[in-house]
Amino acid sequence: MPEKILIQNGHIVDPSQLIDGIGDISIENGKIVALELKSGKAKSKARASDGAKVIDATGLYVTPGFVDMHVHLREPGFEHKETIATGTKAAVKGGFTTACCMPNTSPVNDNSEITAFILDKAAEAGACRVFPIGAITKGQQGEELAEIGNMHDTGCVGFSDDGRPVMNSLIMRRAFEYGKAFGTTMISHAEDIHLAGDGVMHEGEASIRFGLRGIPAAAEEVMIARDIILAQMTGGKLHIAHVSTKGSVALIRKAKKDGVNITAETCPHYFTLTDMAVEGYNTAMRVNPPLRSAEDMAAMKAGLADGTIDAIATDHAPHHRDDKLMEFDKALCGISGLETALALSLQLVRDGVLTMPQLVNALATKPARILGLPYGTLAAGAAADIAIFDPNRTWTVDAQTFVSKGKNTPFDGWKMQGQTLMTLVEGNIVYSL
Amino acid sequence: MAKELLNRKDIERIISRIAHEIIEKNKGPEGICLVGIQRGGVHLAARIAEKIKTIESASVPVGSLDISLYRDDLSLRKDHPVVRKTDIPFDISGKKVVLIDDVLFTGRSIRAAMDALMDYGRPAVIQLAVLIDRGHRELPIRADYVGKNIPTAKKEKIDVQLQEDGFEDNVQLIKAKE
Amino acid sequence: MTRKHLITMRDLGKADIHQILDTAASFKDVLKRDIKKVPALRGKTVVNLFYEPSTRTRTSFEIAEKRLSTDVVNFAVASSSVTKGESLFDTIKNIEAYGVDFVVVRHSSTGVPNFIAEHMDVSVINAGDGINEHPTQALLDALTIREHKGSFEGLEVAIVGDIIHSRVARSNMIGLQTLGAKVRYIGPPTLLPPQAPPGVKMYYSIEEGLKGVDVIIMLRIQMERMNKSFFPTTADYFCHWGLTKDRLAMAKKDAIVMHPGPMNRGIEIASDVADGPQNVILQQVTNGLAVRMSVLYHLSGGEHHA
Repeated sequence: MPEKILIQNGHIVDPSQLIDGIGDISIENGKIVALELKSGKAKSKARASDGAKVIDATGLYVTPGFVDMHVHLREPGFEHKETIATGTKAAVKGGFTTACCMPNTSPVNDNSEITAFILDKAAEAGACRVFPIGAITKGQQGEELAEIGNMHDTGCVGFSDDGRPVMNSLIMRRAFEYGKAFGTTMISHAEDIHLAGDGVMHEGEASIRFGLRGIPAAAEEVMIARDIILAQMTGGKLHIAHVSTKGSVALIRKAKKDGVNITAETCPHYFTLTDMAVEGYNTAMRVNPPLRSAEDMAAMKAGLADGTIDAIATDHAPHHRDDKLMEFDKALCGISGLETALALSLQLVRDGVLTMPQLVNALATKPARILGLPYGTLAAGAAADIAIFDPNRTWTVDAQTFVSKGKNTPFDGWKMQGQTLMTLVEGNIVYSL
Repeated sequence: MAKELLNRKDIERIISRIAHEIIEKNKGPEGICLVGIQRGGVHLAARIAEKIKTIESASVPVGSLDISLYRDDLSLRKDHPVVRKTDIPFDISGKKVVLIDDVLFTGRSIRAAMDALMDYGRPAVIQLAVLIDRGHRELPIRADYVGKNIPTAKKEKIDVQLQEDGFEDNVQLIKAKE
Repeated sequence: MTRKHLITMRDLGKADIHQILDTAASFKDVLKRDIKKVPALRGKTVVNLFYEPSTRTRTSFEIAEKRLSTDVVNFAVASSSVTKGESLFDTIKNIEAYGVDFVVVRHSSTGVPNFIAEHMDVSVINAGDGINEHPTQALLDALTIREHKGSFEGLEVAIVGDIIHSRVARSNMIGLQTLGAKVRYIGPPTLLPPQAPPGVKMYYSIEEGLKGVDVIIMLRIQMERMNKSFFPTTADYFCHWGLTKDRLAMAKKDAIVMHPGPMNRGIEIASDVADGPQNVILQQVTNGLAVRMSVLYHLSGGEHHA
C-alpha cells in the first residue's frame, strides 16, 4: 500500500459534506487527510513531490465508494453460485466498497457463529468491506426470533429474513421491540406470501397477455403497511428492501411524513425495466419482487427524486446457469446486479431524474447512514473508500465476462454508458479497469 | 416475353379431338370416368365430358383431384400450397380412369396423381390426357392423349389460361429472361 | 404461410388462420375416405412431449400425425426420466439428438414451447402451456364456428367459466379477435382477469352476458380451484354460472354450444344442454384432427426442414 495517494483534478461529489466540484483528495495510511476544491482558497497539503502516488482523475467523478445494503454473497452453502471472494470482486468492479450480505445462506446466518464465519471469510478473501445482515427468525422460518443481540455484537448491521417475509405479525412486533435495545434496523422483505400465491410476474396487463400467474402489487403493499404500523407502534427502525410498486412509495412517503422511523431502497432493475420485459419468457427477467408496470417504474424514479426512497441497492442475487435454464415458473428469482448498477443508475442522472449528488447519496452516503456505518463520505479522517468513474464511457454488457459467478442478467448485450475505472478500499486500489 | 401457342379455337378443336380419341380407344363411353387434376385439369375434364356427351349422348362421371399431399417436393418448398378439394363422387374401382391435366412436364405431378388415385380405389386402367406436352420428363410417364407437343427450354414457362378462371382461352409460352 | 412454430395465436394473421382452416376442410374429406392416410409428411418424425396427462389432445395429435405418414414417438412424463428429476433442458437436448422434425409439447409451465424453440432445432407445436395458450384448440374452435356461421365478422362469442386459468380462453380470444369476432368473458370475478383485455367485455352475470350471442364456449371447471377458494362449492358455482336451458335461451336461437372437453355435467353445464341440439362438441373433436393435420402440414415447409 502506498502510504500517500493524491487523486487530482477529479470531479468530487460527496453528499455528506455537500461537495460538488473539481478538486484533489489526499490519502495517507488509508485515511482521507484532505479534500480541496480548485476554487477553494486552501492549497493542497499533499503534492506529487511528497512522494505520493498520483492518480489523475481529470474528467472523472470521484465519490465515496458505494455501499450496497442488499447483496447475496451465497457463502456459506451456495458456493457454486457465488463466494465472498467472487461477490466482493464483482462489487469493487461496480464501484462498491461495502457490501451487506443477506442471511439466506446455508446454513442461514441466524447465529453469531455464522456471522463470525462470514466476517472471517471476508477478512481473508473479501475485496471490499462485508457486513452481514442477520436473520430475524431462526432458520428464516418466521416462527422464533434468532439471536439478534449476539449477532449484533458479532457484527451484523441489520436484520432481515430477506427472501421471505416474517408473516407472523407478532414475531415482527417482537423483532422491532428487541432490536431497539441494539439500535438496529429491521429490513423488511415485504411480501404477503398468500397474496403472492404461485404468481411468477407482476399481476396486470402484461401477466394477462403473457399467460403467467400474477403477483399483485398488494402483496408488497399490505406488508409494508403492516410494518409501518408495527414500526410506529414499537418505535423500531424499519427499512423496506427492494421497493417495487407505486403504492409502496406512497405508503412510505406518508409514513415518513408521519414521523415513522422508516427508510427504503429500490434496485436498478425496478427503475430500468417493466413487466413487458418478461415477453419471451427469458428467465433472467424472473426476480422477486417482480418487474412491475411502467407506472410503478415511474414511481421508483419519483420516489428517488423526492427522497422517499433513500437508497439504491442491487439485490445482487447470483445464480448458477442451471438455476435459470428451465421453465420460467420454476427458475429461481434474482439478478446478478453489482456490475451493472452504476451504469443503470447514471441513466437517472442523464434523464434528469436525479442530480449527481442525489445519485451518490443514494448509492453511498444514505445507505451507510441507515446502517450506521462510518462510510459513504470523503470527510477528512474517514476511511479512503473511493469510487472513480467515467460517466460517459460506453461499454457493452457481456454476462460471460462478469466477475461474479452469477451471469444471470437481463441486461446482457445492452449498451451501457458509465463505468467504474478505479475503486479504493481503505486507500488500497482494489480495482482498476 | 410471351408467345401465343394456342388460341380459343385451337383449344376447342383439341378438346373435341381428345374426346373422340378417348371414346375410340376405349370402344365407347362405358366404364370411363374423368378425373381432372387441380387446378387446370379440372376445367378441361369438364369440357371433355361435355364433348363426350354431345358425341355419344352419354354422361361420363367427372371428378377432381388435388395432389398436394402426394407431391414429392413438399419438404423442398418454403410455403406449402393450400390443399384444394378432391371430389370423386363415384367409385373408381374397376373403372377406366382418364386423368386430365393441362401441361405434362416432369411427370412428377402425374406420379403423385396416380398415387392419390390409388388411395380412392383400384381402377382397371389409368390413362392420361394433357393439353400440352412440353417434354423434359424426369419419370417414365407418357400421355395417352396429347393436345399439342411443344418443345420448350427448361426455364421457359407454359401459361394456360381458361375462361372458367375468368380469362380468354389461350396458351402462351413465356420465354426465360436472359 | 411460412413459419416454423405454432406457439401462440398472436403469430397468426387473419389470412394465415383461414389458410389453415381451408386446408383442414380438405383434410376432413381425406378423413372420410377408406384410406385415411396421405404420404405428405413421410419421413418426418414427431415427438409428442406431454408433461401433463391429456389423453384427448395427445390422441388427436397422434392420429393427425399418423394420417400424414409421420413417424410418431410418444414421450409421456410418467414413463420417462423426467420423474427421475431430469431437467427440461437435458430432456430436450436428448430428444434433439434423435434428429426429430417436430415437437408437440404440453407442459404445466407457461413459456415451455418458447424455451424448446430457443434451445432445440425443431418445429414446435404448442399443445398447451401453463395457463397461457392452446392454439390448436382455438383453430379447431374457429373451424367449427366457421362451419356453422360462415364468417366471423361481427359474431358475438361468449367464453364462460374459469377464464384466468384457461389457455383455451386466451388462445380463442386472440384468434377470434384476429378473425373479426367480438369476445365476451363470463364468470365469477375470481376467475376473470383483474382487467379486461383490449376489446373484451366482461360479465359477472351469465344471463346478461349470454344475451344475443352467436357462440358459447364453455370451459371446464377444475375442482382444485374450489380448494383454492376461487369459488365456494360446485353447487354455488353451477347455481350462478352453469349453462342451463333457461340461460341458453338468452343467446340467439341458432347459437352453438362448444366445450373443449371433458365436460363436468352439473358443474359448468347442465346435462340437457350437454346433450342438446345446439351442442357441437363431437364436431369439435373431428375438427381437431383435421386442424392438427393442417397445422403439421403447413409448418413442414421446406426452408427449415430441408
